[in-house]
Amino acid sequence: MTTPGLSPAPAPTSAPVVDTVAVRSLKTPVIFGVLTLGLALILLLEAPSGDTTFRLAVSTDFASLPELTVPAAAGAWTLTAVCALLTAESVRRYLARRTSPIWVLVVFAVAWMAGFLTWAAAGETVPVVGLLAGSIALSVPLVFGALGGVLGERAGVVNIAIDGQLLFGAFAAALLGSLTGSPWVGLIAAMVAGALVALVLGLFAITYFVDQVIVGVVLNVLVIGLTSFLFSQVLAPNAATLNTPPRFPRIPIPVLGDIPLVGPVFFRQTAVVYLLYIAVAVVAFALYRTRWGLRVRAVGEHPLAADTVGIKVNRTRYRTILLAGAVAGMGGAFYTLVSVPQFNREMTGGAGYIALAAVIFGKWDPIRATLAALLFGFASNLQGVLAVIGSPVPSQFMLMLPYVITIFAVAGLVGRSRPPAADGVPYRKE
Amino acid sequence: MSGTDETPQTEAEKLGGAGPTDTRPTGTRTSAPEPEPEAPSRTHSMLREIASGNALAGVLAVVLAIAVGSLMIALTDERVRDTASYVFARPGDFFTATWDAVWGAYTALFRGAVYNDRVDDFATQIRPLTDTLKFAGPLIAAGLGVGLAFRAGLFNIGGRGQMLLAGAAAGWVAFAFDLPMVIHLPLAILAGSLAGALWAGIAGVLKARTGAHEVIVTIMLNYVGFYLVFFMLSRQGLLQAPGSGNPKSSPAKESAILPDILGERFNLHLGFVLALVAVAYVWWLLNRATLGYRIRAVGENPSAARAAGIDVGRTYIVVMLIAGALVGLAGTNQVLGTVTSGVTVDLDAGIGFDAITVALLGRSRPLGILAAGLLFGAFKAGGFAMQASEGIPVDIVLVVQSLIVLFIAAPPLVRAIFRLPAKEAK
Repeated sequence: MTTPGLSPAPAPTSAPVVDTVAVRSLKTPVIFGVLTLGLALILLLEAPSGDTTFRLAVSTDFASLPELTVPAAAGAWTLTAVCALLTAESVRRYLARRTSPIWVLVVFAVAWMAGFLTWAAAGETVPVVGLLAGSIALSVPLVFGALGGVLGERAGVVNIAIDGQLLFGAFAAALLGSLTGSPWVGLIAAMVAGALVALVLGLFAITYFVDQVIVGVVLNVLVIGLTSFLFSQVLAPNAATLNTPPRFPRIPIPVLGDIPLVGPVFFRQTAVVYLLYIAVAVVAFALYRTRWGLRVRAVGEHPLAADTVGIKVNRTRYRTILLAGAVAGMGGAFYTLVSVPQFNREMTGGAGYIALAAVIFGKWDPIRATLAALLFGFASNLQGVLAVIGSPVPSQFMLMLPYVITIFAVAGLVGRSRPPAADGVPYRKE
Repeated sequence: MSGTDETPQTEAEKLGGAGPTDTRPTGTRTSAPEPEPEAPSRTHSMLREIASGNALAGVLAVVLAIAVGSLMIALTDERVRDTASYVFARPGDFFTATWDAVWGAYTALFRGAVYNDRVDDFATQIRPLTDTLKFAGPLIAAGLGVGLAFRAGLFNIGGRGQMLLAGAAAGWVAFAFDLPMVIHLPLAILAGSLAGALWAGIAGVLKARTGAHEVIVTIMLNYVGFYLVFFMLSRQGLLQAPGSGNPKSSPAKESAILPDILGERFNLHLGFVLALVAVAYVWWLLNRATLGYRIRAVGENPSAARAAGIDVGRTYIVVMLIAGALVGLAGTNQVLGTVTSGVTVDLDAGIGFDAITVALLGRSRPLGILAAGLLFGAFKAGGFAMQASEGIPVDIVLVVQSLIVLFIAAPPLVRAIFRLPAKEAK
C-alpha cells in the first residue's frame, strides 16, 4: 500500500477513512455522567433555598409569556433527575451499539443548564431574554472571525491573524465611520481593513512560503502596535472628529420580532447581526453546494490534484483569504459600530484567538464553528449575568469555562478534529 | 500516536513512503518530483527558511523595519504635518521637521537604551545600558523556552500563562516563608520554574497522548492561567495580601529578592545572570546532550525519529516541561527582581508574546536568542525613554519588532525590495 514512490501521499490517505467509520464511543455517556454527578454534588454541598424566577419576556413584547417561578431545590433536583435519565438513555444506546442522537445532546444541555441556573440564581430572577440576547451580542465578532477562519483554512491557509483582522476592522470602522458619519462606510472600511491584513498574510504565506502560523502571530502583534500607535498619536488627540463613530440602530423585524422569546433574542438586532445570519448561510451554502466551494475545498485538501485539473491554486487561495479577511473585518466593525461607541487600544481582547478555537472546535465547518462561537459567547455572558444576580460560583471560574471546554474539546473528548489536509502547507508549483 | 502495536517494519515503510519529501532539509533534492512539499513540521521549514537567508538580508530587514517606523513617526508628527501644507513653498521646513522628528525619536531611543550623553557622571551615563540588560533577562529566558519548543517542532504560545503561574508560585514562596536567603531565594526560583514547567507540561501531555494541537492548548491555558491567578489573587487566604481589596499579593520578603549585581545605583539584578546560565544550559542541551539530539530529531522529522526508536510523545512532554521551566524563569525574574512589590495579573508585561518574536529573530538558537533578547531589551528600555522625552507612543516599538521578524522570515522579499540578486536556485 505504501510502496515508496508509487503512492504520492501515503500518510494522509488513511486518515479520512478512519474518520468516516462510526466508532462506538463511550465519550458521550461518560461526559453526561460526570456532568450529572457534578450538578448533584453542588446541589448537595450548597443546597439552594427559596424560589428561582425565569423571566421569559421583556416589557415591550407583543404577546408576553408569564414569568416562570419554580422552587429552587425541587426544580434543580428535578432537572438533575432529567439529566440522569438522559445519561441512562445514552448508556443504553452505547450498550446497543448505537450513537446518541443529537436530540439527546440538546435536551441534556438545556436541562443541565436550566438546573445549574436554578441552583445558581436561587432566590433571584434570571432574565432569560437578556441572557440569550447578550450572548448573541458577545458572539457576533466571534462568529464573523470563525467564518473567516473556516474560509481561510478550508483553502489551506491557516489564519491566526483573525485577531489582527478584527482589531484592524474595528479601527478602520471607527476612523472612517467618524469621518463620514455613516456606519455603512465604516462597515465597508472594516471589510477592506480585514482584507488588507489578509493580503499581507497571503503575500508572506502564499507567495513567500513563510510559515503561516508565525506570520499570523506576528501580524497580530503588528496590528496591535499599529492601531495602538495611531490611536495615541492621531485618534485620541482628535477624538471628537476621528473617534466618535456613528452606531447602527436597532431594527426590529416586524413579524419575527414579535415572537415571544425568539423575537427579542434574534430579531431585534442591528443590521450587522442580520448580515451575520446571511453570512453564515451563504458561506455554508457556497462552501458545500457551489462550484466555487468545491474548488476552495479541493485547494485546501489536495492542491496538486486541484492544479492538475486546472484550478489555479494560489489564485484561489488569495481570493478566498481576501474574502475571509473581509468577513472577519465585519466582525471587527461590530466592536466600534455597535458595542462601544469608540475605538480603544487592544479592544478585541484576544477574541480572534477564541474564534480560532471555535474553528477547530467546529471541525472547520461553518455551521459547527458558528455554534461553537455562540457557545463561547453564551459562556462569557453567563458569567456576567451571574455576577449581577450574585451567584456562589467565583466569576473567574465562569470566565475560565469556555477555555477549559475548548481544551477538553481539542483533547479529543468531543471527537478528533481533522484539519483540511493541506492546511498550512504552501503550494509550490514544480 | 500509539506506536506500541506497530512493528518496526511498517514504520520503516512509512518512513520510506515519506522519503522523497523528508530528505529535503539537506537542500540536495535529486529525487522525482514530489506531490507537495509536505514538511514534517511547518515551524521547522520556516526556521530553515530563516536560516538560509544570509546576514545581509538580516541587516536589510532591520533597516527596512526602522525605515517604516521612521515613516510612521514622521507621518504622525504634528510639526511635519503642519509644514507639509506648504511643502512646495518652503520645502526646507518640511524636511527639517521630518528629520527632527525621526532623528529625535531614534536618538531618544539610543539614550534610553545604551548611553545617555546628556548627563555628567559616568554611572548615570551608562545606566540605560544596565536597564537594557535588566529588560533583556526575562526576554532571553522566555525566548529560550519558546525557541527550545520550536526545535522540537512545537509552537509554545503559552508564555503568558506559564509566566503567570510561575510568578504566582515564586511570589507565594517569596512572601509566605521566613528563611535565610541561601535557601529562600533558590526555593522561590525553583517553585516558579516548577509551576511554569507543569503548566506547559499540560500542553505537552495532551499533545503526546491525544494529539491535541499545542497552539490551541497553550492559548487556552493562557486564559485559564490568567483567571486562575486572578482568582487566587482576589481571595483572602490564598494569594491576596491580608486586609487588601485589590487583586495583589504581599510584597516579596527581602531574603527572596534577586540581589542587585552592580550595587544600589543600578537596577540590574541577578536575573540577567540567571538568563545567561539558561542560555549556556540550552546550548549544552541542544548541542551536547542526548536529549537535545532527540529534540532536534523529533523537530526535523517526527516519523523518522519514531522509526529510529525515539519516543516522540515522551520527547514532546519533556520539551514542554523544560520550555515551561525556562518561561517560568522569566516570570520568576519579574516577581523576584523587577517588580518586587507583589504579584499581580499583569506581571508578564507582554513578555510571553514578545518571547515568540525573540525566538524567531534568534532563529531558535541559544546564542541567537541571547542577541535578539538584548536587542529587544534595548528596544524596550529605549521605547519608554522615547515616550517620555519625545511623546512618541511606545507601541512603535511593537511595529518595528514585528516588521523585523516578518522581513527576516522572507529573505526573497527583502532581496526584491533592495534589488539584490536572488540566491542560487535551490
